[in-house]
Amino acid sequence: MDDFYRENILDHYNNPRNHGHLEHPSAAAEGVNPLCGDELAVELEVHDGVVTDIRYSGRGCAISQAAASMLSDVVKGKPVDQLAQIGKEDVLEELGIPLSPIRLKCAMLSVGVLKVALSELTGEPLPPEWNDPSDGIEWKSA
Amino acid sequence: MKSGRIYTAAMAVAEFTTPLDLEKIRADFPILARPVHGKRLVFLDSAASSQKPRQVIETLVDVYETSYANVHRGVYYLGARATERYEGARDIMAGFVNAGDRREVIFVREATEALNLVAYAYGRTFVGPGDAIVATEMEHHSNLVPWQFLAQQTGATLHYLRLTDDGSLDPDSQERLAAIENVKLVAVAHVSNSLGTINDIPALATWAHDRGAVLVVDGAQAAPHRPVDVQALGCDFYALSGHKMCGPGAGILWGRAELLEKMPPFLTGGEMIRTVSLEKTTWNDLPWKFEAGTPAIAESIALGAAAQYLQGIGMEAIEAHEHALTAYAYDVLDGISGVTQYGPKPPNRAGILSFNVGNVHPHDVAQVLDSEAIAVRAGHHCTQPLMRRFDLQATTRASVYLYNGRDDIDALALGIEKVKRTFSV
Repeated sequence: MDDFYRENILDHYNNPRNHGHLEHPSAAAEGVNPLCGDELAVELEVHDGVVTDIRYSGRGCAISQAAASMLSDVVKGKPVDQLAQIGKEDVLEELGIPLSPIRLKCAMLSVGVLKVALSELTGEPLPPEWNDPSDGIEWKSA
Repeated sequence: MKSGRIYTAAMAVAEFTTPLDLEKIRADFPILARPVHGKRLVFLDSAASSQKPRQVIETLVDVYETSYANVHRGVYYLGARATERYEGARDIMAGFVNAGDRREVIFVREATEALNLVAYAYGRTFVGPGDAIVATEMEHHSNLVPWQFLAQQTGATLHYLRLTDDGSLDPDSQERLAAIENVKLVAVAHVSNSLGTINDIPALATWAHDRGAVLVVDGAQAAPHRPVDVQALGCDFYALSGHKMCGPGAGILWGRAELLEKMPPFLTGGEMIRTVSLEKTTWNDLPWKFEAGTPAIAESIALGAAAQYLQGIGMEAIEAHEHALTAYAYDVLDGISGVTQYGPKPPNRAGILSFNVGNVHPHDVAQVLDSEAIAVRAGHHCTQPLMRRFDLQATTRASVYLYNGRDDIDALALGIEKVKRTFSV
């Protein structure tokens, strides 16, 4: 239990990467988990099919905010067509800790928001696993 | 103040004396003897649901092993025995809230169901278009949403008593609402589940009755912790949850007999009838008119056992213990730099402490505390309007009960220091 807040998580929480806003985002989306009030917004800048810049903003627990920071590092510089591959497992691997079902939602907020932004960008429908009304998370493309 | 401070009895900031024999009480609760993550369990979430003493657990088992059958039907021995114990529990609960009449005690699942019973059976009969309902900004969703829904469905208007910055009911707001006409129902918590505010129920009862309204009290956070005398409180309905007072999943609604008599049933079906023809049904007498179907038999009997357990220790003694412990806890938290507390200052406060540690999200606070086997609640505590009133997303809540001692608060303080170290507060 004592390993929960590992150094890498605290580092991303205290020194968030790619935090803030873009001046001219190509796509943007928001997500809210009404159960705990976690909020997360993501903005992407895309040139020639590559994510050249990314910013996220929001408020919430260390897990949701650190996961967003870690994910932003992963996404930046990647071709858009590779991002469809990114999933829950990648976020869990980055975090490197076991999560209870309640905390799993905190961790998955950022990747869910990314999926909504990508869907807006590409016009592809949101994958059904990110569009499950039973998980209670509200997505919104900006 | 000093981080790394060691919290010892010698450093006690408030006087702490208790009439309770804590060691003896703790021995009654089997779960408290089970380590969590290899550490002593520090259970500070009784406001959500309390732990259960052996006496209650054994009663549940005993009902199923010796006296279980459906109630009010069986001609046979076990049916009579189960009915006797079930109705006996009603008598105990009538005594627990000092009801004038056992017919005024209705067994329900918990306070939420009790409040909905009033909202449906009383509200949809006696509240109509142009009428007003008054609730407060501090209510748990269970004593807010039923009234909102009632107002929407009947065309009544819903008004709120507002709060002062310390989380008490604002007398000015009561003054402002004084002009509202046709107030039919006032709903208020006896004790706030988020802030520990203790409301002056007799004064609110007078205020409601002066307007010709009934007063509905959510007693979920009060009845487990202090003596409740519904006649002295002067209210018209009082709801409580058994699971918060050492009992299982059963609760009661107490209501004035003359009101219950003129209310239609809430749920209909078996048990609540006298005669049924294909065209028409006549209702059973109180309290069974409001107990459709097979009730939670063993749970209701065990709720009686829980009430007897608490009465055996003494509700006054439990109140005095929590009173002292709350003052101690408030002072200890007050002495930790970076901790912000919400709600009234003791002594005018029940054993619910609501706080934040720096900007650390309450989920993270609770997670770090869990690593020290400290159980607290993190979130909005089902009081979203209250959170908005104080511009909060969430708080961490530690709540005490008869089995908590100063050692639990000291452990909490050390746990908070760990939170601060982890997140560099």
